[in-house]
Amino acid sequence: MASTRAVGLPGWVFAPAAAGAVFVLLPLVAIVSRVDWGDFLGLISSESSQDALWLSLRTSTASTLVCLLVGVPMALVLARTSFRGQDLLRSLVLLPLVLPPVVGGIALLYTFGRRGLLGGTFELLGWQIAFSTTAVVMAQTFVALPFLVVSLEGALRTAGQQYDVIAASLGASPTTVLRRVTLPLVMPGLVSGAVLSFARALGEFGATITFAGSLQGVTRTLPLEIYLQRETDADAAVALSLLLVVVAMGIIGFARRGRGVL
Amino acid sequence: MRRWAGLAGALVLAAAVSGCGGDDSGSDAEQGTTLTVFAAASLTGAFEQLGQEFEADHAGVDVQLSFAGSSDLVAQIQGGAPADVFASADEATMEKLTADDLVGTPEAFATNVLEIAVPPGNPAGVASLQDLTKPGLNLVVCAPEVPCGAAAQQVAESAGLTLTPVSEEQSVTDVLNKVTSGEADAGLVYVTDVKAAGDDVEGITFPESAGVVNVYPIATVTDSPNADLAQEFMDLVLSDDGRSVLAGFGFGRP
Repeated sequence: MASTRAVGLPGWVFAPAAAGAVFVLLPLVAIVSRVDWGDFLGLISSESSQDALWLSLRTSTASTLVCLLVGVPMALVLARTSFRGQDLLRSLVLLPLVLPPVVGGIALLYTFGRRGLLGGTFELLGWQIAFSTTAVVMAQTFVALPFLVVSLEGALRTAGQQYDVIAASLGASPTTVLRRVTLPLVMPGLVSGAVLSFARALGEFGATITFAGSLQGVTRTLPLEIYLQRETDADAAVALSLLLVVVAMGIIGFARRGRGVL
Repeated sequence: MRRWAGLAGALVLAAAVSGCGGDDSGSDAEQGTTLTVFAAASLTGAFEQLGQEFEADHAGVDVQLSFAGSSDLVAQIQGGAPADVFASADEATMEKLTADDLVGTPEAFATNVLEIAVPPGNPAGVASLQDLTKPGLNLVVCAPEVPCGAAAQQVAESAGLTLTPVSEEQSVTDVLNKVTSGEADAGLVYVTDVKAAGDDVEGITFPESAGVVNVYPIATVTDSPNADLAQEFMDLVLSDDGRSVLAGFGFGRP
């Protein structure tokens, strides 16, 4: 990444690039300008804000772990095997990317809700998923998983298979090849995929409010808290929005530092 | 994939733009005046009917109804939105406008009380407000920050009950969705919401609800260019005819 000397860009590229950057950055500036700095600490340190932040960090971490656990194998299967209907399967797996999150929440409700497809089974086992923190993690995983799968699959395809083949020809078992060759080669893609998933989980709103509900400390994550505060206390909502932006930027920055990727 | 997303975005944008254009044309076809009425979302059914009656009685007048949460509507009027009449779901919200002289003198035109909504068949056997505190019952209410949640809290407090909801939702609609999908065993919403939801939920009235009555005020907007028409619309809402329309949607008389 660092050593490739750029072949100068045509000058006209810079104008739309700058316009795009302004379009993204200006709203952030607007939020910062609206923050009531005198009371900022008071607004973000209320008990409900702290609960929401802590819950958001916990659930986003949990859902990123779940994404890694199932998303890495999914990306491997999609990138390194071929079977009938693979293209269709890939499109379906990536569906949450284009689905409005509220629709995702409704779909989860019809699957895991009390009257959903699997609801009866869970009821027998004594599990209640709706209104629990588990439901939040499920909603976040549902929307975040495609980000991990799509970036890792891309990295796997770019990396190619020649090193895997060499390792295997030298007698390494498939598990050893995966562990010692394949995954280390795609580590930057894996990290950026995980960061994207975490960021998506952190911002998740629609599926959570539809599927999990909203209760302080249990299911009310930071985005839900912001939306609720907007109802009565616009200053608190703005302060919390800035907090969410800072946390998200911190995580992206941390990942960049750690791996030199993204 | 990215290209498809861009295309989809462009299509949505185009549809939205053309949709807006379509709305505007036609309404001003005849020399017509447009009367803009801002009303709380819970008034949707009743005010659509009243709007049609008003148009039938006033040839050439087009009634534009804008429904949203009362506090959103107040923010819009404070921001200079061109409203002629404003009907709020609670008096506190209306007071924000009277304080700034943005509206005339408000008059109460309807009341609303809480009711318990349960899924059809009432699987948890809820029969009273006390039943909502049964252990293991999934109760969903509005968050105390929104009016329906504040009312729920008041009703529970005056009955000496502590409600332990599994979720505090953003709006009445969110509460109803949790009940109709069967996730919640019971929810606290307004009588008119239960009525509007039709067969999807069953309503259970409880005597304690009479202690917390939500009063709906209506007022004309001071800057209205159609002050006379605005007053006539307000008179229609306050008339016996208007009251009976409102009663049909479950509202009480103030």
